[in-house]
Amino acid sequence: MSSNAITIPGAQIEARPWVDELHQWLTTVDHKRLGILYVLSALLFLAIGGVEALIIRIQLMRPHNDFVSPEVFNRMFTMHGTTMIFFVAMPVLFGFANYLVPLMIGARDMAFPRLNAFSFWLSFLGALLLYFSFLGGSGLYGAGSAPDVGWWSYAPLSARAFSPGHSSDYWTLALLVSGFGSIGTAINIIATILCLRCPGMKLNRMPLLVWMNLVMAGMVLLAITPLSAAQIMLLIDRYLGGHFFDTQAGGSAVLWMHFFWIFGHPEVYVLIIPCFAFMSEIIPVFSRKPIFGYPVMVAATVCIAFVSMSVWAHHMFTIGMNSYANSFFTLTTMAVGVPTGIKIFNWIGTMWGGTIQFKTPMLFSIAFLFQFLIAGLTGIMMAASPFDWQLSLSYFVVAHFHYVIVGGILFALFAAFYYWYPKMTGRMLSERLGKWHFWLFLIGFHLTFDVMHIPGMLGMPRRIYTYEPGRGWDTLNFIITVGAFIQALAILVFLANLVMSYFKGARAGNDPWDAWTLEWSISSPPPAYNFATVPTVGSRRPLWDLKHPEDPDSRYE
Amino acid sequence: MSAVTMTTTTAFPNTAAEWQLPSRGKVAMAGLIIAESAIFTIFVVAYLFYLGKSISGPTPREVLETPIFYTICLMSSSLTIHLAAKCLARGIGFAFLGFWLLTIALGGLFLYGTAEEWHRLIYEHGLTISTNLFGTTYYSLVGLHAFHVTAGLIMLVTVAVFGLSGRVGEKHSSRIDVLSMYWHFVDAVWVVVFTVVYVLGR
Repeated sequence: MSSNAITIPGAQIEARPWVDELHQWLTTVDHKRLGILYVLSALLFLAIGGVEALIIRIQLMRPHNDFVSPEVFNRMFTMHGTTMIFFVAMPVLFGFANYLVPLMIGARDMAFPRLNAFSFWLSFLGALLLYFSFLGGSGLYGAGSAPDVGWWSYAPLSARAFSPGHSSDYWTLALLVSGFGSIGTAINIIATILCLRCPGMKLNRMPLLVWMNLVMAGMVLLAITPLSAAQIMLLIDRYLGGHFFDTQAGGSAVLWMHFFWIFGHPEVYVLIIPCFAFMSEIIPVFSRKPIFGYPVMVAATVCIAFVSMSVWAHHMFTIGMNSYANSFFTLTTMAVGVPTGIKIFNWIGTMWGGTIQFKTPMLFSIAFLFQFLIAGLTGIMMAASPFDWQLSLSYFVVAHFHYVIVGGILFALFAAFYYWYPKMTGRMLSERLGKWHFWLFLIGFHLTFDVMHIPGMLGMPRRIYTYEPGRGWDTLNFIITVGAFIQALAILVFLANLVMSYFKGARAGNDPWDAWTLEWSISSPPPAYNFATVPTVGSRRPLWDLKHPEDPDSRYE
Repeated sequence: MSAVTMTTTTAFPNTAAEWQLPSRGKVAMAGLIIAESAIFTIFVVAYLFYLGKSISGPTPREVLETPIFYTICLMSSSLTIHLAAKCLARGIGFAFLGFWLLTIALGGLFLYGTAEEWHRLIYEHGLTISTNLFGTTYYSLVGLHAFHVTAGLIMLVTVAVFGLSGRVGEKHSSRIDVLSMYWHFVDAVWVVVFTVVYVLGR
C-alpha cells in the first residue's frame, strides 16, 4: 500500500470544541498529559505560595509594620510552607517523573494509568481542600480562616482546645488526601520502572533520572506514610476524643514531633533526589560527556536514602533529648554529607574537560551546584547539636532550608523546565528571556537568602510577626524583602516565557540538545503511544549508539 | 532516527527473546505492603510508647483477654487462601472455590471476634477510644487492622461472587496471587499486633 493511499490521520479532523478538549484533559489517563497537569497545578500553587511569601516579606520589611494583622501573618506562613512543600514541590516533581520515566525506559505509559489519574486528582483535591479553609475554616459562618499553626502543626497547638473551628482539620485532611495520592504515584513509578522497561534496558543501563526516581518513590512509601499515620491520630484526637497528643491525659506532644519529622526529613530527600536526577541528565548533555561515575551515583543515591531515614531528630535538638540521642543524630546527619559530596564531585567530574555549553538549563545547573553546596554546609553546621541549640528556630534555619529548597530544588527545576519544555510542547523556550530569568532570579535569591542568615545569627526568631527597631535587623530585613520582589519579577519573566514560547517559540524538532536518552528519539511533543515500535537498547546512551554506529557505547559494556 | 531503526541497530539482538520483567501486580502490591507496614509501625510505636502511661483505668491487664481461637482462625485463613491459589493455578476450580469460601468464613469469624471483644470492652468495662491512652491506642491499632481485614474481605467476597458465577479461571491465577499477597500481609500484621497488644502489652 503506497503512503498516499492512506488517509493522513488528523488531516480531516475538524478542530474539536474547547469543551471536548477540556473533557479530554480532565479524563485523561495518559502519563504525559497527567505529567503536564501536575506541572500546571504546581505552577498555579507556586504563584499562590509566592504571593503568600511576599505578604510575609512586606510585613517584615520594617520594624513595627502592620501591613497585615498577626492572625493573617500566622496563616500566611503556615499556608506558604504547606503549599510550597505539598502542592508545589511534590506535584511538580511527580509531574516530571510521570512525563519522563516511561519515555526514558521505552515504555508506552505508566504501569497503572488509571491509578495515575486517580493519584493526580487526589493530590489536586488535597490542594483545593487546603485552600477551601479560607472559606470554611470557621465552619462557613462567613468569616473563614486558614490554618495558622505552622506547617508542622505541633501539638498541643493543633488540639481542639487551641485550634477551634475547622482550619486545622482542613490542613490535616488536605495532607492525608494528597498523601494517599503520593503513595499511589510512588507505587506506580516503582512498578513502571521495574516492570515496563524496554528490551535491553537493564537496571544498570537505566538513565540516572530513572534510577533516582525509583529511589525517590521508595522513600515516599516509607516517609509519607508516617505522616498519614500521624494525621489519622490527630483526627482521632480532634474528632473522637483520643489522647495521642493530649498531654493532660498522659499523651506526648514530643511524639507528634517525632512522627512529623520521621516524615519531614526524608521528605527533603524525596524532593532533592529528583533534582539530583535532573542534574545527572542535564550536566552531561551540556558538558558533552557521559556522566562521571554512574555506579557510584546510584550507590550514593541509595546510601542517601538509607541514611536520611535515621536523621529526623536533628530537627528536635532543642527539646532536650539525652546526649546519646543528640550524638547519634548529629553523626547520622553529618554522614549524609558524604554521599552528597560524592555526587557533587561526580557532577564536577562530568564537567571537567568537557565542552561546556552555557545554555539556560546549564546556567541553572551550575548555580544549583554552588548553592546546594552552601546549603549543605550550613546543614552540617546545624547538624552539630550545640550549634543548633544556639540557632534553632531563628532566621538562620529559615535561610538554610530556603537555600536547599529555592537554591537547590527550585534552580534544578528551572533547569529541567528549560531542558524538557521543548519535548513537552515542541517549542524552545526563549534563551533571551531565559537569561533574564536566570540572572534576575540569581540576584534576587542571593539578596534574600544570603542576607537572611545574618539576622538569624543576630537572634531574630522565625515566625515573629514584627520586631523592635534598633536591633541591627532593620536594614537586613529591608534588603531581604527587596530580594524577594526581584525573585517575584524573575518568576513573572519565567511565566511569560512559558506562555509566549508556547505560541511563538522556535520549533524544537526531536532532539534540540543532541542528547542521548530515549525521550529525544521521538517527536516533540510525543504521540500518545510514545514509541511506534518499542525500542531495544544496548547501552546507557541509546541515542549515542544510534548517532555513532562506528563507536557505540555498547561496545564498551 | 525513529525507534524502528533503533531495533535494527542494537548491539544485542538476542536480548529481546530472553527479556523478562517482574509482574506489575506483584510489584505494586509489594509497594503497597511496604507503605502499609510503615503506617502500622507508627501505630505500634505509639502503642508501645504509651504502655502504662494512662492516667486512669482500665488497664490492659484488667480487661484484655487473649483471643486465641480467633487468632487461629485468621492464621489458618492464610493457609486456606494459599491452597485456594494453588488449586486455581492447577485448574481445580471446585477446590479453589471451596478453599476461597473457607478463607472468607475464617476472616469473617475473626472480625466477629474483634466485634465481640469491642462490645465487651465498651459495655462491660466502659473502655472507649476517649477513656484513656490505652483506649485510644488500643482501638486505633486493632481498629486499623480490623479495617484492613474488612477491606480484604470485601475483595475476597468480590472474587467469590465472580467465582460462584463461574468467571474465575486459571488465567486469573496471577491476579488471585496478588490478592493473596495482601491477605498474607494482613495476617502477618496480626502476628505483630497480637504480640504487642496481648503478649507484651500485658
